[in-house]
Amino acid sequence: MSADKTAGPPSGAGLPAVNLAAKSRPGEAVVKALLLTAAVLSVAITFGIVIALLAPTLDFFREVPFGEFFSADDQKEFAVLPLVMGTLVTTVIALAVAVPIGLGAAMYLSEYASPRARKILKPTVELLAGVPSVVYGFFAVYFVSEIFFQKWFNWQSLGLLNALSAGLILGVMVIPTIASLAEDALSAVPQAMRQGSLAMGANRMQTTLRVVLPAALSGVMAAIVLGMSRAIGETMIVTIAAGTLKNLSFNPTESMQTMTSFMAIKAGGEDPVGTPGYNMLFAVGMLLFVITLVVNFISISIVRRYRQAY
Amino acid sequence: MSAATVAARETTAHTIATGKSRDRTPGSLIFLIALWLSLFFGIAVLTVLLVDTAIKGLPRMDGNLLTEYDSTLFPEKHGFRAGILGSIWLMLGTALFTVPLGIAAATYLEEFADNKKWYNRIIEINIQNLAAVPAIVYGILALGVMGLFGLADGLVIGGILALSLLTLPIIIITTREALRAVPSEIRQGSLALGATVWQTTWRNSLPSAVPGIATGTILGLSRAIGEAAPLVMVGIFVSVRFDPASLTDMASALPIQIYGLASNSQEAYQQAANAAIIVLLLMVLGLNALAIFIRNKFQRSW
Repeated sequence: MSADKTAGPPSGAGLPAVNLAAKSRPGEAVVKALLLTAAVLSVAITFGIVIALLAPTLDFFREVPFGEFFSADDQKEFAVLPLVMGTLVTTVIALAVAVPIGLGAAMYLSEYASPRARKILKPTVELLAGVPSVVYGFFAVYFVSEIFFQKWFNWQSLGLLNALSAGLILGVMVIPTIASLAEDALSAVPQAMRQGSLAMGANRMQTTLRVVLPAALSGVMAAIVLGMSRAIGETMIVTIAAGTLKNLSFNPTESMQTMTSFMAIKAGGEDPVGTPGYNMLFAVGMLLFVITLVVNFISISIVRRYRQAY
Repeated sequence: MSAATVAARETTAHTIATGKSRDRTPGSLIFLIALWLSLFFGIAVLTVLLVDTAIKGLPRMDGNLLTEYDSTLFPEKHGFRAGILGSIWLMLGTALFTVPLGIAAATYLEEFADNKKWYNRIIEINIQNLAAVPAIVYGILALGVMGLFGLADGLVIGGILALSLLTLPIIIITTREALRAVPSEIRQGSLALGATVWQTTWRNSLPSAVPGIATGTILGLSRAIGEAAPLVMVGIFVSVRFDPASLTDMASALPIQIYGLASNSQEAYQQAANAAIIVLLLMVLGLNALAIFIRNKFQRSW
């Protein structure tokens, strides 16, 4: 091996300098390039999504004016705001269920449960995320609406398909997302902070609520925002359980259509490819994609901005 | 005397006087009960769901369910053969697509990439975003790609493509976490002995991360097998009356067949739908159990 004084490490004790960098390894570079290609493919997927959405969306707006798309009139074929409202209502119900329950479960797992109990309980809660969404959809209609509300609570005026049952079950689906991520954030708070609080005379509840939770707030907020984006994008539960009627309403006991259920119904519908009726599917998809992207960026920036490194 | 000392002294006095710690005050007991309830709410719902499905579906758990095609005339002979076979095809295809690609991408990001470079950071942020993209949007991309190649709706390959797009980010993220958990001393030891970065990755980092990668991959696939929304977008059929034999055959899938029965309130079809849900849950929860088993059994804490 030739010693190259300029590139090699400084030689000590009179030994010849060995240049480690000089030996070229073509195989290594090829492998690196292959792996890089796989990673770049993920960026290609994002561009692919944008392109696949953009072309039909532009076609759609060539024929349908902006004002008609962003109209709140649920009698109009191309109005999107009633769908946005449907998504809003189901998402708010879902978060009303999932945020308190998910955070409660996270606080119990992180602050109260013994390591052994946590090892069993956490995967059990995470199983809720493994249940397929069509199964949740059936459960929302034929158990929550039919048996729970109509039979047990004798709430006969409630239809089988309504935003309430769909939203509640959507919330159940989101619980593990929030619980699991919030638990990670709470567990990451250093033990010294808890000990400090306990030493000051606070009990465990005060320590959890006033010390651990504020310290983990950025992670907890990110968990909630991610749960929200799950609820916005979930399709099958709302398609099966919330109904397929475009309905601009705040009343959760009514049946209403969301952005995602509109897309699912339209994809299996009768509109010929290329017509504005069909292309609206892509316009709504674009809106959904942009909304989830914005929500996700909010979550990332919350973590960046308020993260405290311990 | 500082306020803290006063508080601490009061606590001690209180504990001595009452003989119980401040964890037992009514307020904190109510708080603890609320935490308990929220933890068990999820478990209770899961239990109710399983019991409800079992009551409705078990009477139809017979041979016809697995071996017959769907039937609009005889609900008692209505079976999910096409859906079950379709789902198995889709899952195997998705695994073949995504496992090598996902592991390769994750390996690059963890072992090779210099995350000060702008393009590596773009890849990072991009993957974080992809994980939050709704499943149905992946269906649109798959639909677009199929159209580009002039392929019809509802083919096996379309379903595989849709599910692969959905699963890839999950596998990349979990593989990265598994690789990150391998302590850097192992890599440094290997590098110090003269191994190259790739040799270190192939012989040390990856083998040590296998349990974590397997867990994440199985969880990703179990999510894919239960997903219906992207399959609706690529036009996977509710009813197919032959077994898929190639990538360009028309296909059905179990979740799609279940979705197809959602609006059919006829008692016998509801029974069949619930029996199919039992089959789907057995597949999905079985995969989940396997993943948890691998995680608990083989995962090393360094």
